[in-house]
Amino acid sequence: MNHWKIPLALIFALTSLSGPALASEEVNLYSARKEALIKPLLDKFSSQTGIKVNLVTGKAKTLLKRLQSEGRNTPADILLTTDAGNLHAAKAAGLLQAVDNKVLASVPQNLRDSDNQWFALSTRSRVIVYSKDRVKASDLSTYEDLTNPKWKKRICIRSSSNIYNQSLLASLIVHNGMSKAEEWAKGVVANMAQPPKGNDRAQVKAVAVGVCDIAIINTYYMGVMQEKDAAQQKAAAQVSVFFPNQESRGAHINISGAGLIKGAKHKENAIKLLEYLVSDDAQKWYAQANHEYPIIAGIPVSKIVNAWGYPFKQDNLNVDELGKHNAEAVKIFDRVGWK
Amino acid sequence: MQSAIANNTSTTLGVKFSISRPSGWTLAAACVALVIATPILTILGFLFYPSTDTWQHLADTVLADYISNSLLLMLGVAAGAGSIGICTAWLTSMYSFPGRQLFVWSLLLPLAMPAYIIAFTYTGMFEVAGPVQEWIRETFNLRYGEYWFPEIRSLGGAITMLSLVLYPYVYLLARAAFLDQSICALEASRTLGCGPWRSFFFVALPLARPAIVTGLSLALMETLADYGTVQYFGVSTFTTGIFRTWFGLDDSVAAAQLSGILMTFVFVLIILERWSRRQARFHHATNRYRTIPNIKLPPLVGWVATTACLLPLFFGFILPIGQLTQWAFLTFSEMVDSSFYTLALNSFLLAGAAAVLTLVPALILSYGNRNHATPLSRFLVRLSGMGYAIPGTVIAIGVLIPFGALDNGIDAWMLEHFDIGTGLIFSGTIFILLFAYMVRFFTVSLNTVESGLGKIRPSMDEAAKTMGYGGLEILRHIHLPIMKGSLLTALIIVFVDVLKELPATLVLRPFNFNTLAVRAFELASDERLADSSTAAIAIVLVSIIPVILLSRTIAHSRPGQP
Repeated sequence: MNHWKIPLALIFALTSLSGPALASEEVNLYSARKEALIKPLLDKFSSQTGIKVNLVTGKAKTLLKRLQSEGRNTPADILLTTDAGNLHAAKAAGLLQAVDNKVLASVPQNLRDSDNQWFALSTRSRVIVYSKDRVKASDLSTYEDLTNPKWKKRICIRSSSNIYNQSLLASLIVHNGMSKAEEWAKGVVANMAQPPKGNDRAQVKAVAVGVCDIAIINTYYMGVMQEKDAAQQKAAAQVSVFFPNQESRGAHINISGAGLIKGAKHKENAIKLLEYLVSDDAQKWYAQANHEYPIIAGIPVSKIVNAWGYPFKQDNLNVDELGKHNAEAVKIFDRVGWK
Repeated sequence: MQSAIANNTSTTLGVKFSISRPSGWTLAAACVALVIATPILTILGFLFYPSTDTWQHLADTVLADYISNSLLLMLGVAAGAGSIGICTAWLTSMYSFPGRQLFVWSLLLPLAMPAYIIAFTYTGMFEVAGPVQEWIRETFNLRYGEYWFPEIRSLGGAITMLSLVLYPYVYLLARAAFLDQSICALEASRTLGCGPWRSFFFVALPLARPAIVTGLSLALMETLADYGTVQYFGVSTFTTGIFRTWFGLDDSVAAAQLSGILMTFVFVLIILERWSRRQARFHHATNRYRTIPNIKLPPLVGWVATTACLLPLFFGFILPIGQLTQWAFLTFSEMVDSSFYTLALNSFLLAGAAAVLTLVPALILSYGNRNHATPLSRFLVRLSGMGYAIPGTVIAIGVLIPFGALDNGIDAWMLEHFDIGTGLIFSGTIFILLFAYMVRFFTVSLNTVESGLGKIRPSMDEAAKTMGYGGLEILRHIHLPIMKGSLLTALIIVFVDVLKELPATLVLRPFNFNTLAVRAFELASDERLADSSTAAIAIVLVSIIPVILLSRTIAHSRPGQP
């Protein structure tokens, strides 16, 4: 009877499968960007430099928690997120360190931390999409105008648990003040065609079907839909993209970004990876593969993105502000009953 | 059958006796329970932090919603999963009708379907822009708003989804209980003039109640812990509230305090379940078993029974698998590469290791508490079993914090005394992930083992002793044969649960280590449903074999069956 050997053998098999390989040159990455949207880029980096990238993906907040509990012994060298708020939180928790580096200094001022503890890698805009049949572009103007009674029962937007909505409201708090921002949120809730459900793609589909006439979404979702399967293309074909606030501060921008972990054990390799992620090569990949906006001037956007109009006026608010006002935004959402 | 003989012996020798030395077992049990309860205690520890103004904010705004939605969800799933589970278990245990043999095992299949995957799949099919509503609009030349269609992303939708994949717990336990019942009790009720309905409601159902409540409490604990489905459907429950408070309001203390309230829900459930099981002493009223002759239903009624069993199987398994298969055909070639096999292997090994590892403490605790339970040890056991109702992410954090502290403590101590840094020993390894699974699914193992052990009366040990058996021989020749079914059931349910597990895996896994569930979720949460289907189907396929094994175990567990 050797039953007791089974668990031992299983554990042994598992430990041999996992854990960072003992390659001499490596860098360890905690990424809130999902595997499918980061691995191809990391593979390119590895083949160019010979540095192996070990990857764990997960939700940004849980990665932060993991970094905190692992403390100074954490194996992670880089934290990569898909929003500014969590990088702000990582810095506030003392998890990051400054990088003074010429290549990274090319990231525009408003898209990196004031102490160079983190840097944006790509941007995306939160825009309005509208039904080509039922809405004229001239009816649209600003985010603020979405509370206009003419949009009653015509707006689709996802849950306020989503970070992109929280960031949008945070930007309105900074620009217009708390009470105006709360009025805005209340007004949008009053104009919603249905209680929030589904992600940004679902909002586009809802406009296409006629549940609502306009929706607020991140640009890259639209880009991906336009090149996807026939059903999504069909939905995407019935809506157009509108960049709000072009006459004033510009359309709201959020980022994906990364920072160097304090006490990183592969600091040099980590900086090489960060440099690579803002290189022309990587910037083109973001633009083409996921329809995001490059942060380095002169990199072309994808054909689909270009067709919506590029360049457009972007809100130059320092994205760090979005992180600072995130909790206030969530409280407003709770108060006005934005699910 | 051995068990039948053993049962007979037990009635003749009614002396209390145990093979174990009380102090050693009890102490070991207390230690094991304490270790498993550590993550839960870590979270509960946050309750003693001063509450922030976030708490006031939650109470003023969303808390009432969280409570009422969670309660409604539980009530709905209790009604849905309960009625499906009990009906199908009764029909397949008592009657013969077309397809019965097939339903006996296939009704368990939805157990292999993760709740978030069935939610994604149904949304893909039935949402407003999905193919079904599209077809309705095109065929009848209607526009949105001109026809009625149930909204899938809603509280009702969440109740339906969870009921469809959780009813097998009730079915499993109710069926085992119905099969366990002596036909004599039923025959007696019939001779006393009860019709089949009255026999069911006044004899069989009350006799099976403890098992049904156990099955329901498992289903409801899963419901409370569910995050994927309710989040996707936009239903604000305790789980979504915990994450919103933690991620959005950035207040981990208030989030942990919400988890604390969630745990009181769970405690009530557990106490109910215990209380119900306390009545179980009437369970084995007689030891004379006879095979229950399956009553042949007349053709028309038989087909009604067939339909009643087919519906949950169809909606809980066949339909979603059909949709997933159709998607998989479109994306199969893109999605299956060499890394895909690694994913499947990882999932399989993890689930296997976790199932075996979880069984060990369950055995220690069951034996430790068998005859010498103190109030403290009973409390510790209940506490250690709470993981099943707590969202995986919360468990993961409860595991991260103490292990991080332990690792860094050892490292600092070694540096100070020997100038050797040990770094992180546990954190970021498979070990910590397996431990989290153990905490999360412990109650499944424990309940199953305890109920198996409950069948072995202390007097049987005594009888064996008088026949000259030593402790180990008793274990091997008496306990093992009687418990085999329960142990296998515990192994299989934990195996399937770990295979489906997502949130704890996501937080705790080591570098470059993914599972099928992680792959399926990452793609599906991006609404790349078609791309995620291959991994989803793989989860279901890997689970099917153990699920079929499980149904065979029950089929053979029937007393009086050759």
